[in-house]
Amino acid sequence: MIKIERLNKKFGKLEVLKDLSLEIRKGSINAILGPNGSGKTTLIKCLLGMVIPDNGSIKINGSEVKDQWKYRDEIDYMPQIANFPSNLKVKEIISMLKDIRNREARDAELIEYFELTPYLNKQLSYLSGGTKQKVNIVLAFMFDNPLLILDEPTNGLDPVALIKLKELIAKEIKLGKTILFTTHIIRLVEELAEDIVFLLEGKIYYQGPVSGLIDKHKELDLEHTIATIFSKHVKEEVS
Amino acid sequence: MIKILKYSFFDLIRSRWSLIYFSFYFLLAFVLLFLNNDISKAIITMMNVIIILGPLIGIVFGIMYYYNSSEFTELLLAQPIKRRSIFLGQFLGLAFSLSLSLVLGLGIPFIFYGLFRSEEILNFAALLWIGFILTFIFSGIAFYIALANQNRIKGFGMAILFWLFMAVIYDGVFLLLLVWFREYPLDNFALISSVLNPIDLSRIMILLKLDISSLMGYTGAVFKNFFASGSGLLASYLILLAWAFVPVLAIVLKAKRKDF
Repeated sequence: MIKIERLNKKFGKLEVLKDLSLEIRKGSINAILGPNGSGKTTLIKCLLGMVIPDNGSIKINGSEVKDQWKYRDEIDYMPQIANFPSNLKVKEIISMLKDIRNREARDAELIEYFELTPYLNKQLSYLSGGTKQKVNIVLAFMFDNPLLILDEPTNGLDPVALIKLKELIAKEIKLGKTILFTTHIIRLVEELAEDIVFLLEGKIYYQGPVSGLIDKHKELDLEHTIATIFSKHVKEEVS
Repeated sequence: MIKILKYSFFDLIRSRWSLIYFSFYFLLAFVLLFLNNDISKAIITMMNVIIILGPLIGIVFGIMYYYNSSEFTELLLAQPIKRRSIFLGQFLGLAFSLSLSLVLGLGIPFIFYGLFRSEEILNFAALLWIGFILTFIFSGIAFYIALANQNRIKGFGMAILFWLFMAVIYDGVFLLLLVWFREYPLDNFALISSVLNPIDLSRIMILLKLDISSLMGYTGAVFKNFFASGSGLLASYLILLAWAFVPVLAIVLKAKRKDF
């Protein structure tokens, strides 16, 4: 599905991605983990063509993404921060994205699922952070694409909405979609992910099944394993 | 691009600022017309206001709009659409919504006053055209500055400085040079340097249109010779149009290479 080879990206002097190679199987559920600044968001943005890599190649479904834009029609993306034009109404932002993609969407179903109907005629600036995030979810999921990229999807959701989102993702998994998500919430990884992509300083530290990472470090559970890797990494950086 | 333009435009015309900008022109034009009772004088005063305020509002709104919508822009960048279409769409949406405030704010009072029965209608059209093109140029430049600067404070500062330079400092330097080199024939220098600044160029074009160049002495005569000739007028329109294309081109090139 996705094949990344020897990807490099520098922002000024800061090397964010260093010779990163990665392959994502079709239909796999991947959690991208790593400390702050390890390159998670940059990696995702490279996939979407928002950050232009210095060199290396990214292929999605066999075709190079560089300077292309049509391939994004097959991708659903949910950004970390939901912020919308403040004077548009909820229903207008939904029709805007449908207009851009020029195709039908399952927005009605998702609006009902997240109970957004009373907000449809409200301007986006009047919505609370959590409601905006729900709109963000609807926008990301409504096109029913085979590849889902979610950047910190649980940000700002209340417990009810969180459960709904997890159920929604679980349904997508059953449909055989390929999912990439970043998060700092370990429980979400345990509940949803099959594979982990662990980034440290712009390189892949580990890629494989969740259990493999725990075994590698001989820890009790994923939370402890990740804490061990983080603290070891910090010590190395200090010394 | 048209789709992005459409939604940006709807977003912006509903904002409070569009209404304030509209009301400002509306009230000013009403007061000027009904106190002065002279349409031609009102046009000259409005010109002086538009030439300074149009670019300022264009620059400030351009910068604010870009930075405010930067997170939404990221969402748009992940859609199957060219980068160029996103930024040009947003920029045109802004330029058109500002122009709408200008056209309605000035248009309604002038029409009420009886613009269609007066002979000034062409001059008024020129005033609107100049206001439109200045808004277009300066909001485009603001978009470019915002694209080139991740740091909002720096972007804002540069944009304001650019406006200050074009609206105020340029004329000061120009005047100083004229005084320093007064021994030399400066007609062509004066002509060229006025033409290179869109604000100065707009001012001169309107002054000449209103036929008050006789007030400007010898240099006024030189200007009139230049602008009244077909090729001179054409040249100055082309330069103003070129000024409008420079930011568009700069936005397209910058957006192509930028990391978001």
